[in-house]
Amino acid sequence: MISRIKLSYNRYWYAYAMVAPVVAVLALLVAYPLGRGIYLSLTDANSDNVGRTIGVNKIPDSFEFVGLDHYTDILTGDGSGRFWDQFGWTLFWTVSCVALHFLIGLALALLLNRDLRARTLYRLMLVLPWAVPTFVTVFSWRLILADGGILNSFFGSLGLPEPAWLSEPGWQRTAAIMVNTWCGVPFMMVSLLGGLQSIPRELYEAAETDGASAWQRFRHVTLPGLRPVSSTVIMLGFIWTFNQFIIIFLLFGASAPEAQILVTFAYELGFGRMPRDYAGSAAYGVIILSMLVVIVSVYRSWLNRNEKAALS
Amino acid sequence: MTQNTLTASAPAEDAAPPAVKRAPRRGERRTGTSLVLHLTLIVASVIAVFPVAWIAWVSFGPDKTDFLHPGDIADKFSLSNYSTVLGDTEFTQWFLNSMIVGLGTCALGVFVSASAGYAVSRMRFPGHRPLMWTFLVTQMFPIAILIVPLYNLAANLGLLDTYWILILANCTTAFPYCAFLLKGYFDTIPVEIDEAGRVDGLTPFGTFYRLVLPLARPGLAVAAFYTFLTAWGEFAFASVLMLSEDKYTLPIGLATFVSEHDQQWNLMAATGVLIGIPAAVFFYLIQRHLVAGLTAGASKS
Repeated sequence: MISRIKLSYNRYWYAYAMVAPVVAVLALLVAYPLGRGIYLSLTDANSDNVGRTIGVNKIPDSFEFVGLDHYTDILTGDGSGRFWDQFGWTLFWTVSCVALHFLIGLALALLLNRDLRARTLYRLMLVLPWAVPTFVTVFSWRLILADGGILNSFFGSLGLPEPAWLSEPGWQRTAAIMVNTWCGVPFMMVSLLGGLQSIPRELYEAAETDGASAWQRFRHVTLPGLRPVSSTVIMLGFIWTFNQFIIIFLLFGASAPEAQILVTFAYELGFGRMPRDYAGSAAYGVIILSMLVVIVSVYRSWLNRNEKAALS
Repeated sequence: MTQNTLTASAPAEDAAPPAVKRAPRRGERRTGTSLVLHLTLIVASVIAVFPVAWIAWVSFGPDKTDFLHPGDIADKFSLSNYSTVLGDTEFTQWFLNSMIVGLGTCALGVFVSASAGYAVSRMRFPGHRPLMWTFLVTQMFPIAILIVPLYNLAANLGLLDTYWILILANCTTAFPYCAFLLKGYFDTIPVEIDEAGRVDGLTPFGTFYRLVLPLARPGLAVAAFYTFLTAWGEFAFASVLMLSEDKYTLPIGLATFVSEHDQQWNLMAATGVLIGIPAAVFFYLIQRHLVAGLTAGASKS
């Protein structure tokens, strides 16, 4: 007994030593900025009144504490953005992108999991959107979607309408979802392929012996077998897409007020205009973070309940 | 590996062993099915490859607006964009910067998150659950909340415009996911291996370093790839923290070719190709580990 306590003490000591670097970096670069960001969101800080050093002159901070003003402005729609519109669009963007990622990724994973000629070649081609950095492919999409670009020329030659993908609000949103779907499918596909391969083959054989149809096998063997993988990738996908910055930012720049999701608008507030509205940007950030924490907590407790229901 | 009948549209095929299913009687429909399969996969592959191929093709057209007349590029095919990018811009400097930041993030990120992931996987120390929760929540941090304070912090510490601050900033995105992923991978390595190591007189750190890390190579490869690519393509931090042109990373440099006033799409395309190649090479080097590495991370979290 005593030796066990001693052993576990030893273990803890090493464990703390091993997590210390991560904790230190996260504390310095995440916890401190978070605290500072929350504080800034309660002030009227912008780039004109934040302390800075110009040459040898030090200008001290001169912003003032304004309490929850930014939050009430944002949430009642008095701020510079139309928060609830943006929130609605962000939610729509996230849910539709993750759904498309997951469904297309699952379909392709099922196809690739079959015994099939040239399977490796297909796989290598299908993961290409992941292999090439997003900021490069986004520029390529800009060329493809431009007025007179290849996609519209193609549509034109078929006699279809040629939408203004990059300038008309509705089409901007469509284009953003399309490009993000293109970028995100490979991650889902590869993860789900791994999930499929980890399902024991005996389960399928047993299901077949019991006379289960293909659909029944999919429904009662494949889907439950994928659950651990799919619940995690859906959660991560949701978080990443909600905060997906680079696609919308590089696809439209500042020219798409309608297509801005919450993160890109927060960046625009903080760095895209003069004077830079640090406080408003931080308030947006705090709101985004709280929403994600709530959504993910609800999702996880829902998963846990389901798991228990499935086991009992 | 293969579940031939997984999505076959045929109704219950009873307990027929696989050999029977391949009987010639069914040959015709199987050809039909596999035709549809291959067609679907070909269409999907074309969609996946096209934008990448497109930017490569456009990069050979010497004029800014060649992307509007792709057919003409064949006639005036030239490498002039590449020579301009390599010779007359800061590209090599940006490339070097990106390499330093990418490899720095990769080395630091993988090593640090591997040890944290191992600790969380093996030892139920007090605080281990809050730590896992922290890893998850940190991934939810919108860039907007961190970026201003980070900028001020870097300015106060005199770290603006240095590689260090960008590497560390990238690590805030890389650590949590990698620790998460590697924890999952370590969970799949039997604890008996650690115990054997301890019996042989290795310290926990020795066990980790000498026994477990080598076994976790697929997981590490995926983590390395993830951190490198995160840093290689990172835009928001770099745009704020790196101020002078000789410290730009590639994404920032690339964006300078396409400003409001002058849109040098041809140069941008050539640069894009040059940037994409190292990332794609790295990717295909580790891609055979990808399935194993990712799934372990996802399924055991």
